[in-house]
Amino acid sequence: MPEGDREGAFLKITGLTKKFGDFTALKDISLDVYEGEFVCFLGPSGCGKTTLLRAIAGLDIQTYGSVVQAGRDISALPPASRDFGIVFQSYALFPNLTVTKNVAYGLENTKTPADRIKVKVRELLELVGLHDQGDKYPAQLSGGQQQRVALARAMATSPGLLLLDEPLSALDARVRIHLRTEIKDLQRRIGVTTIMVTHDQEEALTMADRIVVMNDGVIEQIGTPEEIYAKPKTSFVANFIGSTNFVPGTVVEHDRVKAGDMLLECETDGVAIGKSIVMAIRTEDINAQDIREGDGNVIDVSISHLEFLGSFYRAHLDSPAFSGHDVNADFSVNLVRRKSLEVGSRLPVRLPPELIRVYPGDQQ
Amino acid sequence: MSNGAVAAAATVGREVKPKVGRDDVIMRACLLGVVVFLVVCVLLPLYTMMSKSLENHAGDFVGLANYAQYFSTPSLFFSIYNSLTIAVIATVIVLVGAFVYAYALTRTCMPFKGFFRAVTLIPLLTPSLLGGISLVYWFGNQGVAKELLMGESIYGPIGIVIGSSYWVFPHALMIVITALSITDARLYEASEALRASKLRTFFTVTLPSVKYGLISAGFVIFTLVFTDFGVPKVIGGNYNVLATDIYKQVIGQQNFQMGAVVSVILLLPAVVAFAVDRIVQRKQTALLSAKAVPYTPKPSRGRDLAMLVYCSFVTLLIIAMLGMAQYAALVKFWPYNLSLSLNNYNFDVMDGGGWEAYYNSIRMSLYAAAVGTVIVFFGAYLMEKGRGFKTGRSAVHMLAMAPLAVPGMVLGLAYIFFFNNPANPFNFLYGTMGILVIATVVHFYTVSHLTAVTALKQMDPEFESVAASLKTPFYRTFARVTVPVCVPAVLDISMYLFLNAMTTVSAVVFLYSSDTTLASVAVLNMDDAGDIAPAAAMAMMIAYTCAGVRVLHVLLTIGIQKRMQAWRNQ
Repeated sequence: MPEGDREGAFLKITGLTKKFGDFTALKDISLDVYEGEFVCFLGPSGCGKTTLLRAIAGLDIQTYGSVVQAGRDISALPPASRDFGIVFQSYALFPNLTVTKNVAYGLENTKTPADRIKVKVRELLELVGLHDQGDKYPAQLSGGQQQRVALARAMATSPGLLLLDEPLSALDARVRIHLRTEIKDLQRRIGVTTIMVTHDQEEALTMADRIVVMNDGVIEQIGTPEEIYAKPKTSFVANFIGSTNFVPGTVVEHDRVKAGDMLLECETDGVAIGKSIVMAIRTEDINAQDIREGDGNVIDVSISHLEFLGSFYRAHLDSPAFSGHDVNADFSVNLVRRKSLEVGSRLPVRLPPELIRVYPGDQQ
Repeated sequence: MSNGAVAAAATVGREVKPKVGRDDVIMRACLLGVVVFLVVCVLLPLYTMMSKSLENHAGDFVGLANYAQYFSTPSLFFSIYNSLTIAVIATVIVLVGAFVYAYALTRTCMPFKGFFRAVTLIPLLTPSLLGGISLVYWFGNQGVAKELLMGESIYGPIGIVIGSSYWVFPHALMIVITALSITDARLYEASEALRASKLRTFFTVTLPSVKYGLISAGFVIFTLVFTDFGVPKVIGGNYNVLATDIYKQVIGQQNFQMGAVVSVILLLPAVVAFAVDRIVQRKQTALLSAKAVPYTPKPSRGRDLAMLVYCSFVTLLIIAMLGMAQYAALVKFWPYNLSLSLNNYNFDVMDGGGWEAYYNSIRMSLYAAAVGTVIVFFGAYLMEKGRGFKTGRSAVHMLAMAPLAVPGMVLGLAYIFFFNNPANPFNFLYGTMGILVIATVVHFYTVSHLTAVTALKQMDPEFESVAASLKTPFYRTFARVTVPVCVPAVLDISMYLFLNAMTTVSAVVFLYSSDTTLASVAVLNMDDAGDIAPAAAMAMMIAYTCAGVRVLHVLLTIGIQKRMQAWRNQ
């Protein structure tokens, strides 16, 4: 689903800029989110992702730009006049109220009759698998359970938009993985449009329908997890998601670049001949198997260091072609054993042309 | 594109003006109310007082003429020197005394720490006058231990220093204990691992880490003693200090302009001390790391024993002060008939207000605790949790900090000038219980405010965001979540206000009327009239009441904490 091709964005953000004094936290952000979609804002800390979420919620209203939700301009409205539910990293559960009371908190304020509230709360707690914990206080639950209560509370008033601000960051690794599938399932079943802020690429890749990669207050790339991973638009995205090697070079002719003393074939994406570029290739894309005589893009390397990482080895490769840049390749345990690779081993590796990405300039 | 989107597209490029919701309107209106309260009850009276110091008796502007007169009258300006001398000596004594005492409580394995800690709280339960009265019985003309002074008189600097040291000791101790409690144990382990001697560790680790706490305590002691009225009034004799000068000018000579001049002079060092203290405290917080490991002292026979002896000695002094006041209150006719009776508690036959004064004090303290807690806590909440309206919120912050720098005498005099003016719409408050309550709440506003802010800061800032997303009005969340979670702090504030309202003299001594005499003022007046034993008895009535409230507070807190246990821990 490429940008702009779809009709009727549910949430339309246009030209949004947020300044804190002299500091510009968000620069001219435009973004469409469609009904029922799960979108992740991904980026390093300080990139502006939480600021953007808080602007959408009306908690810190933007300096310039507009936010339109379901056809209604909500740009300047206070949070209470908007339509969203929110879950924070800290859970922000009311400590003096039981789980049931927490979930019912938003409903008690509407004119819903008491017995209807009771039914609704039970449904919600069943939905998050906590139907037997209703009488406990938040502090008596585990972190994962507390986060589920927070989710149920946010969903109670059936908001049109669900905002999740690093909801899993405070949890143990194991609980985190479990809960991320659960949240994703829940979202799919209910079909609520959801925006989640995270700095964890794995979380974004596994949960999102689309990822918005942000850096320094601007959007670097918007796309499906596959697009983002396979075709990072900028070297920042390539570097931030997955592990990528960068080697500088120059375009010598169409689809051919020179790096160090090697000529490599790859898509040059229309960068002019003679321009300096940075070549990027992922560590898992460097191939050491089934290299045949006459294959292109083959380089002889030696292993300078071998790091054992459990399911695979990360080999640090040396070659004049890399002109002193650190280049790593991930080799399976199986491969290392079969070829009896060790520090000092020499071997040919292939950089498949279709997996090399080229970025203009000498940026990295 | 929908209509909304079209309209939005047109506004791109223009600065967004956040719309103010219903909650914001109510919150801002309330916040404005707090600002008005503080402006009317802090700023305007002080301003009136300062302008009075530039006027003559007829009310004409005379520039600095009053000041010129002040500084050309040696009997007046010599008080500055006296006040400074007393304050400096008391600061040194109390600071050293409190540091050693706090060290014993936090860094040694001395036994009976709980007892030693509890005893030091006694002076907080009594008016500062009580120390003075007690000293009269110990060392006065007919005192039992008069010989210990070797011919020196207790009426004067010696008495003021001892009496002041007694009542400011707990204030200093609390600050130093806090400073000593937050030291990082890892620094001591590192020092030991590097084989530094105990003495070197003390000078390179212990002292630097409590440096700011000590400075802060020093300023608190200095300001309290410098501006205190009760002790020098009772035991000062002919030794004039600034606070008693104000009283003499206003009550004795009805010279309000000169009273205003002395007040401004009294205000200056207090403001400087206050400013320095704020700066120092800011540094202190920057020094703290969340990862610090708490220090657990190891037993050391010699040191623990020495500390036990020292703390017993200090404790003995405190008990001797209170004990003598109690004994004197019960003795029939000092020093000729030492048999015991309750005659001195028959306040209705003495001048000074009688039992009525005591009941007035209780009423006034209850009102101050109730009204003050509501204003302080709600004001702090609006300041801390409100959205937008930065001007109003920082105004509350600054106005709430100001009363700390204003001595009680100065506040009281400022209130006379401000509220006694017939042109003032609030003139009807003058001479009522209302003005006593307001003066007390304002006088003790800052510490209460800081207690409330600390409690509110510990709450998750996202509670309000969640409540807004659930479209809950702020007052509902305030009542259902904020207040219940902050109950301990709310109790602390109301107890603090009650105790201080019971014991304070300086803020109310200018403001009571014949219908609203207070117990602490009665102590002062009876002492003035030479009825020292009944004065001691009334001071003890205040002490019993405060002790009772203190016990009640502890019981309530324990009860609440039990109830809160469920949602505090696993």
